[in-house]
Amino acid sequence: MRQPADITRTEETVNEAILAGRSLWDDARRRLLRNKAAVTAMWVLAILAVIAVFGPMVWVHDAFTQSEKIKIAPTFRDWHILGTDFIGRDYFARLMIALRVSFAVGIIATLVSLVIGVTWGATAGFLGGRVDNVMMRIVDVLYALPFIFFVILLITVFGQNIFLIFAAIGAIEWLTMARIVRGQTLAIKSREFIEAARAAGVSRAAMIRRHILPNVIGPVAVYVTLTIPVVILAESFLSFLGLGVNEPLTSLGALISNGANEMRDRPWMLFVPATTMAVMLLALNFLGDGLRDALDPKDR
Amino acid sequence: MLRRLLARIPLAYTLRRLLIAIPTLLVIITVAFFMMRAAPGGPFSADRKLPPETERAIAAKYGLDDPLHVQYFNYVGGVIQGDFGPSYKTKDKQVHEILADGLPISLTIGALSMALAILVGGALGIFAGLKQNTAGDYSVMGLAMAGISIPTFVTGPLLLLAFALGTGWFSAGGLGFPPALTYENITLPVITLALPQIAIISRLMRASVIETMRMPHIRTARAKGLPERTVIARHALPAAVLPMVSYIGPASARVLTGSVVVEKVFSLPGMGDYFVNGAIERDYTLVLGAVIVYAALIIAFNLIADILYAVLDPKVKYD
Repeated sequence: MRQPADITRTEETVNEAILAGRSLWDDARRRLLRNKAAVTAMWVLAILAVIAVFGPMVWVHDAFTQSEKIKIAPTFRDWHILGTDFIGRDYFARLMIALRVSFAVGIIATLVSLVIGVTWGATAGFLGGRVDNVMMRIVDVLYALPFIFFVILLITVFGQNIFLIFAAIGAIEWLTMARIVRGQTLAIKSREFIEAARAAGVSRAAMIRRHILPNVIGPVAVYVTLTIPVVILAESFLSFLGLGVNEPLTSLGALISNGANEMRDRPWMLFVPATTMAVMLLALNFLGDGLRDALDPKDR
Repeated sequence: MLRRLLARIPLAYTLRRLLIAIPTLLVIITVAFFMMRAAPGGPFSADRKLPPETERAIAAKYGLDDPLHVQYFNYVGGVIQGDFGPSYKTKDKQVHEILADGLPISLTIGALSMALAILVGGALGIFAGLKQNTAGDYSVMGLAMAGISIPTFVTGPLLLLAFALGTGWFSAGGLGFPPALTYENITLPVITLALPQIAIISRLMRASVIETMRMPHIRTARAKGLPERTVIARHALPAAVLPMVSYIGPASARVLTGSVVVEKVFSLPGMGDYFVNGAIERDYTLVLGAVIVYAALIIAFNLIADILYAVLDPKVKYD
């Protein structure tokens, strides 16, 4: 049937397919920017991130320097706008360091879970058959386990090390990622456009880059955004219990824990980190939801 | 009725799930045991230097001078009989005694908060689902998002500040004397623990209601001319509530995790409280025992949820 002249048309089709792929992302971006909650969340996160990264560098007080001015109330004298803690460290500086630690945990632990989850899921989905069956059965079994308790066991045994905490939290959040990636890989592997691309002679690398990755990235990006708050929560949960990051470093959970002990006389020491944490998590969740709606419009 | 439901228990499936659950638990015990033994130094290395003969006596008392595999089999044998060995830090206490002290408190708080969460979360979810995309729906879902985003270790202290220290309606923590669970010391912990569950259940419930309302059998019921109230109560809700059963498993894990925080905030001597203190004091056997009990509970709840689902949903067939 096919005439030689059709080869150019096939090329055109391939190019059109690429263009269509790009316009899908354009669509997604437009949908995301129309979502007021998601846009607000992005601004809030951007501001918090700037404060976390640059705040401690430019603030007049250092977060770790102790002074004789112990437990003073918020005041504009000397710029102790949130007062000082029980050994005279500026509380606002502590808060910014805590924010930085929470962001760092969120990003690093999520990357750990991303690497494990994508590798595991893509391997299972790509190989298929018996290997897939065994690998996903392992995920099923692990799903039922109380991993945070294992992290506590790890901390009990090896002591409180911030890198151990990062890695351990990341290592418990990869299961859903593995399921998502595997499902996507399986679904895409058998789609017509992959067959079409193969028939059109698209190279293996180009196929993965142009056809498989863009289709996997969407759900993964959504899940990454939704994993970050979970991970931040997990670290703060540990810090709240006194099992997270060590003094003099601090995190939002540790500040909340200290604040809870002093809330009767100095309630702002609880309110401020608690509000910061709530705002941060709300923004991440709204952004994740917005991304999901933008990338997967059929869900609405 | 009951006999008909009992007859629907998929025996082969249940048996197979049990056969998976047992080795899973064994793997947990094994990993946890060797993790503990991999600890740098012995469990007593933090104590001050003791004369060698005393150290040997302690090692003999706790069975630490046996070869590792003997210790392992002794431990597994003990766990099967409900014996987790002696606590390393609380003198003259067995781990299972400590856990048995705390477990009833944790389970009471957990069960009450689950009941509250199912009632409130279910009702909110049904409301939001039936009024999809209205102001009522949006406000419920906004609240649900807040409930998911604000962790128990924030809501707990805030509720304590407002309703125990502020209004003085409830006890500010602890069991009082004589130690007993009363509405004064249990209300706030139960509410704190229930809030995130209310949020999650209302979201799941809303999605389920929306999906059910679009199903053909609802259209049929409406076409028959049934009043909308009957359509919702008799045809939509039973079908919409059913998928929630499978959330029991994950919920149990969340509630147990949350109870660790809640017990610390409200100074309740539950299992989570002992568990965290054990972790801080590095009481290896206590932490190990608690992890095993938590894992067993969560595996059991997952199993119950799946079987219950099969019993209640006539469409599900496991074979």
